[in-house]
Amino acid sequence: MILYFLALVLFVMGLYCLVAKKNIIKKIIGIVITEYSINLFLVLVGWRKGGIAPILLKGMQKSEIVEKGVDPLPQALVLTSIVIGLGVLALMVSICLRLYEKYKTFDMSEINRLRG
Amino acid sequence: MDKMEKYIRDGKSGMTPIVKTVVRFVMGIIFIFGAYVVLYGHLTPGGGFAGGVILACGFIILTLAFGKGLALSKFSDKWASIIDNSAALIFLTIGFIGFSGGYFFMNILGKGKEFALFSAGTIPLCNIAIGLKVTASVFAVFLTLSIFGRFVSKLVDDYEDDTEKE
Amino acid sequence: MQAYFPLFTAIPLAMAFINLLVTKVNKKVTDFLAFLAMASLASMAVMMLFESPFSYQVGGWAPPIGILLVSDGLSSVMLVIINVIGLLSMIYSTKYMTTYTAKPKFYTLFLLMIAGMNGVVITGDMFNLYVFLEIASIASYALVGFGCEKDELEASFKYLILGGVASTAVLFGIAFLYSMTGTLNMPDLAVKIPEIGHNHAMGFVMALFIMGFGLKASSVPFHAWLPDAHPSAPAPISAMLSGVLIKALGIYAIARIMFNIFGSDTMVSSILMFLGALSMLVGVFLAVGQHDFKRMLAYHSISQMGYVMMGLGLGLNPNVPPALAALALFGGLFHMVNHAVFKSCLFLCAGAFEYRTGTKDKTEMGGLIRRMPFTSATCSIASLSISGVPPFNGFWSKLIIIVAFMKAGYTVYGILAILVAFMTMISFIRLQMNVIFGKLPEKFAKIKEVPFAMVLPLVILATLCLAIGVFYPLVDQNLIEAAKDALLDKAQYISFLGR
Repeated sequence: MILYFLALVLFVMGLYCLVAKKNIIKKIIGIVITEYSINLFLVLVGWRKGGIAPILLKGMQKSEIVEKGVDPLPQALVLTSIVIGLGVLALMVSICLRLYEKYKTFDMSEINRLRG
Repeated sequence: MDKMEKYIRDGKSGMTPIVKTVVRFVMGIIFIFGAYVVLYGHLTPGGGFAGGVILACGFIILTLAFGKGLALSKFSDKWASIIDNSAALIFLTIGFIGFSGGYFFMNILGKGKEFALFSAGTIPLCNIAIGLKVTASVFAVFLTLSIFGRFVSKLVDDYEDDTEKE
Repeated sequence: MQAYFPLFTAIPLAMAFINLLVTKVNKKVTDFLAFLAMASLASMAVMMLFESPFSYQVGGWAPPIGILLVSDGLSSVMLVIINVIGLLSMIYSTKYMTTYTAKPKFYTLFLLMIAGMNGVVITGDMFNLYVFLEIASIASYALVGFGCEKDELEASFKYLILGGVASTAVLFGIAFLYSMTGTLNMPDLAVKIPEIGHNHAMGFVMALFIMGFGLKASSVPFHAWLPDAHPSAPAPISAMLSGVLIKALGIYAIARIMFNIFGSDTMVSSILMFLGALSMLVGVFLAVGQHDFKRMLAYHSISQMGYVMMGLGLGLNPNVPPALAALALFGGLFHMVNHAVFKSCLFLCAGAFEYRTGTKDKTEMGGLIRRMPFTSATCSIASLSISGVPPFNGFWSKLIIIVAFMKAGYTVYGILAILVAFMTMISFIRLQMNVIFGKLPEKFAKIKEVPFAMVLPLVILATLCLAIGVFYPLVDQNLIEAAKDALLDKAQYISFLGR
């Protein structure tokens, strides 16, 4: 239970970083932290006490996996979500570089041409 | 190997000869390990994405240690883009071939024996396509953000100027 | 058609990559390739209207395990909106995008966005929905910043941050649902959720979904990104974002999840109605004072989406008579279709004016009907349509929503809807006076009508505005009726599991 709570704490920390920090690099770090907290949560969903990796190796009975193996689906989901996170991160960093090129600053409060 | 020796002695681009020598020995192992993770993705932990990232990291280490000249001569940005796109198309083609079995992405090849390298039908092929795609695209992202980001060198200069003023 | 259902995502994906490969050799074929993909998709989408509901198992895996694709009335209507408006925007951008560089990359991103949206509306699997949502979103982040100028980059970054939060919320909700039910298949979830019943965790999931998809649909407390992102994008992309993306990723997902999976619920219903009414009011009040043509249209998008949300909200309410709930839902879905038609037409018109005059400020324009007759006429028709003047299409859907609310006893919401319709009309009359009629400024005395490739989509969309309005009982009623039935008939959705 405490682990689920820690995932939530991580999520809230990421959101705080996203909202309170003005530096756009720190905002990006905030987004990444929230994403990883969700990934952690997903892995915890599939976890069970004394579980083994859901991979069939040589000399292993299939029933052993069914009895002890952790749920493989959340792990597949986490992998997909990590890949998506990588894509979003690359896009964010490149937009961030372009923003610096145009505005000469990483401070979000000075990047405010659009308003209203 | 004369060419590699020349690159190692070259003091202008890249890091010190110690790093270069170590990277030269480690490189092969990294690539073999990456290829192993991709090819055995259907039997052991790993797969296309993990192996592809390992392979791309091999190229990235090469770039960091030897400078951009050597890495770009081995794997240029144009080829990265071409492999990136064609690997995605190969993956889709595997999906389209599934139509001959009745459904999109149907596993129509024989499943083979358990724990054999050639088993599990189309899944190893998918892994290879994904591995190529991830290698090319992660390396292309690295190139775009570092070497071809024509603003990056300028960025560092600007930053240094700013700090000097302060 | 049934055997080749996944082609709706496969064709645009394949063409996106083929396009990038081929244009390394020859840059001129890119228009042709994109047109080929979009034309085949649009014709397939129209053919899908004549199919009865069915489900498709990807890879031949049986439903609770494998990925399920579902086609019913609502998906077919959404597919038609996405692909037909996508085709028209694509034809428009053959000329419009010549003012930008890197046209092949634009088409690749465009096709990826189409693939993502098609995927969202045909999928029957929760995680698959998230993946396609992200594909469409990432492509749209890049497209908003396509100009790479100060404004575009800033808008794109804001959109990216808020969109990232939305995606995280959606993924969190999906993880929660999986931990409670142990399945990701949407019809299977529809079976298992009533067995669990309502508890706090389920309420949390609903809140996360309303936040996540509401942010994509830009309903009011989450609307901050839209007025920046939509005007900054190139005009065909503004038309796609405002006309299609916020519906496919936001409204469709909310409707599908709330109606078909969770079922009717008083709390969600009142939240949706409240958010809808708030969006309507705030959007229209902010729109009235805007000088920027496209920014004003973006605020109107928020306001019009409010109508759709309100219609969905009343449709979810278990306490009103079923006939009235169905009527409100019908009105909401009908307004969604109408909004897709007239708002994309208006954004394309704004782009056409900008293409010739070089400004987005509507106070600088004037008297353009003498120089650009086709663009001005279509802009006029679409404006009348959005302000709800009979016999154009916007009138019928607004009337149905208002009647449903009045009859159901929600008089305040009904009166608000009338007020907002009135204010929309004022806002668009001012737009007409500023842009189309009035005195032609000296500097625009020599401008010409935009090229044929840009006029054609405008004329088609304006004709559709009129046709949907006039022939409303003949054609639309059956289509929207099928979409409404698909949402209200939960048993049919569950039956996709067994086939």
